[in-house]
Amino acid sequence: MHLNSIKHLRRRQLISASIRGTVLFFTVLTLLPLVYILIYIIKQGIGAINWSFFTQLPRPVGETGGGIANALVGSLIIVGLATLLAIPIGIFSALYLSEHPQGRLAGMIRFCVEVLTGIPSIVVGIVAYDWLVKPMGSFSAFSGSVALSIMMLPIMIRSAEETLKRFPTHLREASLALGVPYYKTILQVLLPCSLSGVLSGIILSVARIVGETAPLLFTAFGNPYLSFHIFHPMHSLPLLIYNYAISPYDSWHQLAWGAALVLLCWILLLNILTRMIIRKWSVRY
Amino acid sequence: MPEPLLTHTSDKQLSSASSSAEASRSDSRSRRLASRISHAERKDQLFRQALLIAGLIVLCLVIAIFLTLIVGSIPSFRATGIHFFWGKVWDPVTEVFGALPFLAGTLLTSFLALFISLPFSLSIAIFLGEYFPPGKGKNYIAGVIREAVELIAGIPSVIYGFWGLFVLVPLVRQLEMKWNVLPYGVGILTASLILALMIIPYAASLGREIINMVPAELKEAAYSLGATRWEVIRHVVLPYARTGIFAGILLSLGRALGETMAVTMVIGNTSVLPKNIFSPGNTLASVIANEFTEAASKVYLSALIELGLVLFLVTTIIHLIGKRIIKQFST
Amino acid sequence: MKKTNLISLAIASMALLASCGGGQQQQSQSAASSQDNKTLLGAGSTFVYPFYSKVFNVYTQQTGIKVNYQSIGSGGGILQLINKTVDFGDSDAPLTDDQEKQAGAPVVHIPICAGAVVLTYNLPGIQDTLMFTPDVLANIYLGKITRWNDPAIQAINSKVKLPNLPIAVVHRSDGSGTTNIFTNYLSKISPEWKSRVGASTSVNWPVGLGGKGNEGVSGLIRQTPGGFGYVELAYAIQNQMPVAKVRNVSGNFIAPTIASTQAASNIQLPADAKVFVTNTSAPDGYPISGFTWAILYREQHYGDRSLDRAKELVKLFWWVTHNAQSYCADLHYAPLSAAAQATAENLLKTITFDGKPVLETSAQ
Repeated sequence: MHLNSIKHLRRRQLISASIRGTVLFFTVLTLLPLVYILIYIIKQGIGAINWSFFTQLPRPVGETGGGIANALVGSLIIVGLATLLAIPIGIFSALYLSEHPQGRLAGMIRFCVEVLTGIPSIVVGIVAYDWLVKPMGSFSAFSGSVALSIMMLPIMIRSAEETLKRFPTHLREASLALGVPYYKTILQVLLPCSLSGVLSGIILSVARIVGETAPLLFTAFGNPYLSFHIFHPMHSLPLLIYNYAISPYDSWHQLAWGAALVLLCWILLLNILTRMIIRKWSVRY
Repeated sequence: MPEPLLTHTSDKQLSSASSSAEASRSDSRSRRLASRISHAERKDQLFRQALLIAGLIVLCLVIAIFLTLIVGSIPSFRATGIHFFWGKVWDPVTEVFGALPFLAGTLLTSFLALFISLPFSLSIAIFLGEYFPPGKGKNYIAGVIREAVELIAGIPSVIYGFWGLFVLVPLVRQLEMKWNVLPYGVGILTASLILALMIIPYAASLGREIINMVPAELKEAAYSLGATRWEVIRHVVLPYARTGIFAGILLSLGRALGETMAVTMVIGNTSVLPKNIFSPGNTLASVIANEFTEAASKVYLSALIELGLVLFLVTTIIHLIGKRIIKQFST
Repeated sequence: MKKTNLISLAIASMALLASCGGGQQQQSQSAASSQDNKTLLGAGSTFVYPFYSKVFNVYTQQTGIKVNYQSIGSGGGILQLINKTVDFGDSDAPLTDDQEKQAGAPVVHIPICAGAVVLTYNLPGIQDTLMFTPDVLANIYLGKITRWNDPAIQAINSKVKLPNLPIAVVHRSDGSGTTNIFTNYLSKISPEWKSRVGASTSVNWPVGLGGKGNEGVSGLIRQTPGGFGYVELAYAIQNQMPVAKVRNVSGNFIAPTIASTQAASNIQLPADAKVFVTNTSAPDGYPISGFTWAILYREQHYGDRSLDRAKELVKLFWWVTHNAQSYCADLHYAPLSAAAQATAENLLKTITFDGKPVLETSAQ
């Protein structure tokens, strides 16, 4: 081989190897602050976690101690209610879209799902205030849940539609040929086969909204007491973190770090759950 | 179990159909059958309508959101008109509302964040999409990195803001003291930095998927011609993925424009045109978050809703354009 | 197909109606609808939040009635009261004529306590109490004095070596009664401030950084070297931040204490209790003091509020203006003077339900 081309080749290989090293370096460099954020939250939050943290209510301003019980319960209720509101509309819309791959109405609905994906959370808060808080005359957990469910819909619908679309036509035709009515075909054949995708879509959408603060600012409002009433104001973890973070009190900062850690663990658990569901319940055709 | 649709009637039975008992029995059987079929048909019809209604609810939801914002903006539009968009003064006291400070704040922070984050998200995308793609079982560490990126992408905005207040702001403050600038710590720069940190995992995930989509045949063809790894990336993968990456940039921009909580906590909440990147400012989203619960006058509230409308339109258009490009890219 | 068309039409028209509902506030029900009468809802001033936070806690322990008070700023409190989404608002700025018109029905301002708006600062290494004159304060907030070792400031504080730090001015980013008191004072002592900026709960600040609530402002100052801003006294003390002395009309440099706040607020309140006590002529009075008021509707029967609820509300504020005053001192607020208390009592007695005074029918 020509001597020059060997040198030329080695130079090219050197460049390729050094680029690989650079990319690796940049990747690690990028990950460092991100991982640092995670570690920082864990470190600050662990210090705040104890039994009274979970069971007590916040103390008056300036007094130490207290816990996040009302915010924790409030978050569970608001998120749970939002999920209940979003599931029927989300799953049924996804079914509609997967049953009508063509069709003008389906196309418009798909467009709307895209629009919902990109909507800023503060705009959802404005809208929920206008639709629910003003007419009802009071802030409420319910209005917060409605705002959150609006944000859940696009993720749920998209993920479910993706899985439902993969259902092969021959299975559907077999079911209908056996005389199974259409609705039973959908509910008892199509849905169970696509369960992993549908469920993971639901869980992912929950993971998306558990930490949302902006929609709750003008809807759920906050409540220093433990409350189970969905038409009254309710506290929640992200609201607590926001209010305490910008305050000057160190004891409140402590509580906020603990709440942040709880929130992160919640999201992590939901992500893990999604992975497990996809691995175990995926149906391959 | 599906019901049998046909009862088996033998020829002999058919021939003795003249017997009225036989006739009436087969009549009632066929009537029961007919009612069972129409019952199922009705359920089918109801079911189909339920699906349609669910879809229509989604449609009406989006229309209603759009209408709410427009109707809510009307008082402000009537009061200020088009000057709203280049008005420099936001003064709730004298009811002079101009959106320019917030447009400037939003665009400054988002573009700066995009600019800062680009090299980093691109490198992670190339790392995870090209060097260590999923499913090859190649590297355990790469899998861990991928999981970590997904998890970090899921951290809520308010927690980023919380961390930013306690770690990033003091850092920026020290930087400002060294450069003899007012050591607020909060401001446009801090908000851009935090936005950049938030966009990186999101953009990296998008980029990874796009780079993964480059057809293997193209790459293999280049390798078979003797190209090195880097040359394949530079001359095949990146040019091919160029539109997809651009769309990813657009989507990240859309995400940055709409970010509320983290920005509100570190931008300094000052409704004036920022003079430089160290000044405090406000974005469309942060001013709404701060002032919505106290906008007591009709025009004030309407001005805030008009800001929300602008935010909604800008983020939606950018998001849709990005999605359209990706869809074209992946087919 | 006709059925589904009808349904979609119905949904769409509901959505349209809802979007138009934003413009009409008259049709909103009261906060009491479907709520139990054991929880009262309030919102507003962060100025009084430390006080409310403590005394409402005590009230719940004594009577079982819970009070959910959210400190979102005086501006927010007024708006939520106008929208009738809360039982009472609290504000350190009385309603303007515009706001009273928007409320639609007469409101009463119940004086709760008086507090001091203090100037606090963060100068590393300097623990002394700084002194300020009205002109210097106005010039700092007008952006004319920008460094701590400016001769104007150094002249008044000859014993302190001020550092060459830029002044990081902090103000409120939300609608605030504290801002109202402070800008009211600045308007009185500086004609330039009055014409250029004015006084209100939310103004167009010439310079400075915005913090959300008294909490946000004190948080920012506490962490920014060279920080300077105005907060309610309780926040400065709770966070161990230094407070400055301000020169009053009589020429004395007064430190904000309960005594000096009381001296400033010990005046005869007008019948509707709406009064500013800034720039007091009392020789020992702190010049930047102010009242905070709980604001209720005079006629409590609106929406579907019940007589029980109105009674609980009035009882709460009778307790706050009488028994709860003993908690003022510990939290660095000035309790109501006897005259102020009498005015509060008169105002509470004017609250009616269906035209009949609530207090006479309640077991007080």
